[in-house]
Amino acid sequence: MSTRNALLAACSVLVVAHSAALAESPNLGKAASPEEVASWDISIGPDGAGLPPGSGTPQQGEQVYLAKCLACHGEKGAGKPNDQLVGGQGSLGPGQTAVKTVGSYWPYATTLFDYVRRAMPLNESKSLGDDEVYAVVAYILQLNGVIAENDTIDAQTLPKVRMPNRDGFVRFSRGK
Amino acid sequence: MRQKTRPMPSEPEQAAGNGVLDRRLFLTGGAAAAIGSAVLPDHARAAEALPVEPWMKTPGSPFAPYGQPSKYAGKVGRIFASAPGTTGTGASRTPHHLLDGMMTPNGLHFERHHSGIPDINPETHRLLIHGLVKRPLTFTLDALMRYPMESRIAFIECAGNSALLYQKEPAQLGVQPIHGLLSCAEWTGVRLATLLDDAGVDPRAQWILAEGADASGMSRSVPLAKAMGDAMVAIYQNGEPVRPSNGYPMRLLLPGYEGNANVKWLRRIKLTEAPTMTKDETSKYTMLQNDGKALQFCFAQEAKSVITRPSPGLTMAAPGLYEITGLAWSGYGKIAKVEVSADGGASWALAALQEPVLPMAVTRFRSPWRWDGGPATLLSRATDETGYVQPSRSRLIADRGARAAYHFNGIASWGVAQGGEVRHVYA
Ligand code: HEC
Repeated sequence: MSTRNALLAACSVLVVAHSAALAESPNLGKAASPEEVASWDISIGPDGAGLPPGSGTPQQGEQVYLAKCLACHGEKGAGKPNDQLVGGQGSLGPGQTAVKTVGSYWPYATTLFDYVRRAMPLNESKSLGDDEVYAVVAYILQLNGVIAENDTIDAQTLPKVRMPNRDGFVRFSRGK
Repeated sequence: MRQKTRPMPSEPEQAAGNGVLDRRLFLTGGAAAAIGSAVLPDHARAAEALPVEPWMKTPGSPFAPYGQPSKYAGKVGRIFASAPGTTGTGASRTPHHLLDGMMTPNGLHFERHHSGIPDINPETHRLLIHGLVKRPLTFTLDALMRYPMESRIAFIECAGNSALLYQKEPAQLGVQPIHGLLSCAEWTGVRLATLLDDAGVDPRAQWILAEGADASGMSRSVPLAKAMGDAMVAIYQNGEPVRPSNGYPMRLLLPGYEGNANVKWLRRIKLTEAPTMTKDETSKYTMLQNDGKALQFCFAQEAKSVITRPSPGLTMAAPGLYEITGLAWSGYGKIAKVEVSADGGASWALAALQEPVLPMAVTRFRSPWRWDGGPATLLSRATDETGYVQPSRSRLIADRGARAAYHFNGIASWGVAQGGEVRHVYA
């Protein structure tokens, strides 16, 4: 074997050794107990698994909204200075100016609970109780005509809410 | 910008219309042969001696723990804008028109924050891995520092970069405001696959949810295949601890993927059967097409290039030899070639690619150009190693519509006017 080939062979051994090293771990993770995980496990998928106990109605949500959201999202979710939360349904079609809101664009109602609980109100996120989150979610859904005024939103009802744009998404695939 | 305005004794080889020269001109020293040996005429020579400046005669300033740029380089900075009523919810942009090479200095890396930059104490920060795993685990920063590390140079580009080109009329702005949501750094850290193996992946898992420790709890779903592939928990950025604005003490690096998925301030990875459908993968970072349906989970950034010089704001001084330079990148691999045009796309010449050319990193390209002082329209077109060719703006919009908001990778063009002013135009 020439020196150059020997070097190349050594290099490929290094590469192999490197990917093999992936499997060799110092194993320094500490076992996490369910109690530890609970306070951080705040994501809610479309099936609703992990939704907490509690409930709220649009009427209760209006109170939360007026106190905690109005300043940034406008009257009845009309928007300004920040994102518009209500309206825009029927604006996604060809040639139209799309108005993307919770009501016109979002495919899952569970996302609204997940997001408001983790991120809103912007300046004091994670400050709302679960009942308050359910309530303000109910209010925004009702303003969008997705649920009725006397519906109650909780861990059972929220995943069953069918959003108007539920079928509006296509998985991207390259070259299509 | 660098200018070579001396008269050319012999015309070097034209590689494309309107003065684009052979890419080897600078590399082979052809430029010197062609122009460099020209001596200024006597009347252009100064009569005075070169000055002996004060800094040549007195000791300079003392050491500093962390170096700063020259005060004369003060204009090299990010520009930024926040959502109304907020100070840290928005984006800052890299000044590519004032930089060269391929690496973005840490203080100039673009930023996109959804609730400011958290002030994270590394002592109490934890990375939790749980969900569909055999052993849920938490990792401290100290623990991760003891893992085998690897480095890779990778670009990160916001999916919203260059979105202004979806507009009907060309925005009268330059490289930084239009294309500045792109940066490239050397990231060093631990392969995510190693940590997932520690936790023991349940065969039902198909996705991960990655979540940040910032006040917005930024979260994104990513296919498990990517997480078990080249994904990294990055701890160092260009050799120093990752900057707070880029995720200190640790961030997710998903080479080639849209910036938003590279979750900063990484605190949690949950393995799941299906995507979580977070706000930022439904309401945002989805592309509404002409037919009213939106494309979802478009992760990798397609091949793209942009000329950084000449560009708006950098007015050309006088006719002569210039270098057209810029950046090209692809989330699908290496850049195979970049072509440059000075006549609005009527003819193209190959640009020289500056080594190293790495997958999912930016590649610097250079093309010598003899500007005759007349109007020119400068374009660049990248092709990546998969054979994908950067489309024209009109082709991209014809295919996808103009409402997609994200992943604009069409060809951008700069118009040079008689007199040297450079403006954003649609070719
Ligand atoms: C201080 C201003 C402020 C307050 C108060 C506030 N928000 Fe927000 N909200 C924002 C900003 C800014 C964003 C965009 C965040 C981003 O860019 O990620 C936002 C985004 C949202 C979104 C996502 C919109 C979309 O279409 O993607 C929802 C839903 C929302 N807020 C709900 C609420 C609710 C409910 C409350 C009250 C409990 C609230 N917000 C209070 C500023 C605020």
